[in-house]
Amino acid sequence: MSAKVTDSRDTERAKAQIEAERPRLEFGGSVWDYAPAPESKDHVRLEKKYGLFIGGQFVTPKSRKFFRTINPATEEVLAEVAEGGLADVDAAVRSAENAHRRYWARLRPAERGKYIYRIARLLQEKSREFAVLETMNGGKPIKESRDVDIPLAVAHFFYHAGWADKLEYAFPRHRVSPIGVCGQIIPWNFPLLMAAWKIAPALACGNTVVLKPAETTPLTALHLAKICQEADLPPGVVNIVPGAGETGAHLVNHPHVRKIAFTGSTEVGKVIQRATAGTGKRLTLELGGKAANIIFEDAAIDQAVEGIISGVYFNQGHVCCAGSRLLVQESVAETVLGKLADRISTLRLGDPLDKNTDVGAINSKAQLEKIREMVASGLAEGAQMHQSACAIPARGFWFPPTFFTGVAQSHRIAREEIFGPVLAAMTFRTPEEAVEKANNIPYGLSAGVWTDKGSKIFKMTAKMKAGVVWANTFNKFDPSSPFGGYKESGFGREGGVQGLRAYVELS
Amino acid sequence: MGAVLPLDLSHLPRVDQVGVEERAAALGKRSIKKSAKQRGIRLAISMLDLTTLEGKDSDGKVSQLCQKAMRPMPGDPTVPHVAAVCVYPNLVPVAKKALEGSGVKVASVATGFPAGLVPLPEKIADVRSAVSMGADEIDMVIDRGAFLSGEYSRVFDEILAVKDACGPVHLKVILETGELETYDNVRRASHLAMQAGADFIKTSTGKIQPASTPGVVLVMLEAIRDHYRETGRRIGMKPAGGVRTSKQALHLLVLVKETLGDAWLTPDLFRIGASTVTNDLLMQLAKESTGRYQSEDYFTKD
Repeated sequence: MSAKVTDSRDTERAKAQIEAERPRLEFGGSVWDYAPAPESKDHVRLEKKYGLFIGGQFVTPKSRKFFRTINPATEEVLAEVAEGGLADVDAAVRSAENAHRRYWARLRPAERGKYIYRIARLLQEKSREFAVLETMNGGKPIKESRDVDIPLAVAHFFYHAGWADKLEYAFPRHRVSPIGVCGQIIPWNFPLLMAAWKIAPALACGNTVVLKPAETTPLTALHLAKICQEADLPPGVVNIVPGAGETGAHLVNHPHVRKIAFTGSTEVGKVIQRATAGTGKRLTLELGGKAANIIFEDAAIDQAVEGIISGVYFNQGHVCCAGSRLLVQESVAETVLGKLADRISTLRLGDPLDKNTDVGAINSKAQLEKIREMVASGLAEGAQMHQSACAIPARGFWFPPTFFTGVAQSHRIAREEIFGPVLAAMTFRTPEEAVEKANNIPYGLSAGVWTDKGSKIFKMTAKMKAGVVWANTFNKFDPSSPFGGYKESGFGREGGVQGLRAYVELS
Repeated sequence: MGAVLPLDLSHLPRVDQVGVEERAAALGKRSIKKSAKQRGIRLAISMLDLTTLEGKDSDGKVSQLCQKAMRPMPGDPTVPHVAAVCVYPNLVPVAKKALEGSGVKVASVATGFPAGLVPLPEKIADVRSAVSMGADEIDMVIDRGAFLSGEYSRVFDEILAVKDACGPVHLKVILETGELETYDNVRRASHLAMQAGADFIKTSTGKIQPASTPGVVLVMLEAIRDHYRETGRRIGMKPAGGVRTSKQALHLLVLVKETLGDAWLTPDLFRIGASTVTNDLLMQLAKESTGRYQSEDYFTKD
């Protein structure tokens, strides 16, 4: 297997011959296989219908509209969810404004902190229920929702609860005051975690929020609303209004919203930036990405291969900071790609609720079609596809772990965000070339560098035009570490002291 | 084999400690339940090298251990016998006699076990006598002092000489990873042993802690995988020391399955060197079939 597109055909053929004669490892044999180990759904209490969460109550939408939300792994309908119309968004914003003026902004900061701690603890207590619900509604493997999504969401609430009464120390020599009502629009890839990233800092800084969850994954946000009730959070401090793009547009355009925080596609981000221009609304955008994962010949190769796996197949590749472009040094390209081919065949695709599942369902039919379209373009442009031969379940939306070799910098699969389990592998010869190729993209959200040489890590990370650069690891998150992009990946940071800046007025 | 001395091991892949431990721990989270647990436990029992390596070992002790090796669960003939009994050379004849015709092999430690700090001719004599007394397998130790001081060719030559003395008898090479300390060293020593003709590579003597940690096992399995991809030769793996629970044993099987594939899930290519884990495996097996944990008094301590 070689990724060198410049090689003559003869050498390609000779290499293919050697590769074919090489001893193969066979995975997925039947000598000993794991029995199904599905996580129980019994403790998840699903309602048939969910209203909008406004003013501390679940209310019937004035729009009178409801939409169905499904389990993408089975296509079964889980519940009907209210869709927020113009009047609903208006009611939510007014409720948030009221709560801000009359209560939340006046509350002693330490008291605000107490409420957020309470939300964190309640969420932690119910983490299993939330993990199962997240997996049912979004299709991600239970091991990820259990070990990553929910614990991180909890950690974000705990972290920001601690900041509530210490904001003067975050911004020395300033008077710190809240902004007001924040409109927050989040994506479907990490539904609860994104809600936590948005709500926790906003509340800690004394703001109130209207949150619009993604249309395919509203359920954990609505269950978080129940936790707000249980925590006795003053009515109107958190409002949750599900819906699609139109609901989001109402929120963005509402004159009483003081700040918009959006995580989603670059395309929609641009629309929002246009809409808020000249309105005085503050804006942070966390948009798409096409991260380069750079592997040098002096890297710990087996661990770097693991890094490719967690970089691009984590959460089916539905990760804005996914390491979806592999840049591997030519001298080790054959070894790395050979190992990668072996490794993807060990990934277990299937029932997301099974504790042994590594790759779950694609979040929606529309996303599956987009992935298919991009993969077709990769084939049409002449790249070679390598795909896991895993069995695909009959129902639901699925795409097997895939990577392309022979990819050129100009191919669409190397330029555009696929947001699926598809990797574009390219090679480089020198560190300078790696830097040039990594930065030669309109995005700049994240990057990865793999080398055993410490000095090279510092040299490379300083040159990456990306908000987050991981060294010898990938896709690691912590509430104390700021996250955000360069260029068309957006602006503003979330997490850490830097993340607080978006939610305060300084004077 | 061995025409070129691998004096330079610096070309070998480096190992990142954080990454390898993360991967090894992730595989420890596989959920092995019901039929998979039953089959896994039976498989693990069939891969055991039941071991006693104490100064106070006697004929009586070894005979008792051999009975357990042939019939781990006396009331249940479906439970397989273990792979081998591992003893000091002097006790090989006792074990050989007790195990005759059972299919359970006799493994003997040799080469100045456990330190390996005796002259090479004595190591060879040690191996020859164990083989002549009927050992089916030899578990040798490498000279860690020589390895750590960079005398790779000396370690290589010793393994080569021992392999030669073994003849058709299977050779397991103990790296004593607890003394090598770093994963880079473990990787290099694994490569060295395989190049020199080891049939199996083995983590530890059981005399030094830490012994077979998941990280060390994974690094050695990855070395075996790369060796297979390059030469087509399947080398066996034997973690030893520190495996006490069924959960650990199943974790080892998962590491093998997902690193090397099912072809290695056989006593011919994977062994677990232990003694106390046997009863835990049997207790878990009884629990799986009856739904209840039994008192430890129902399981013989041999």
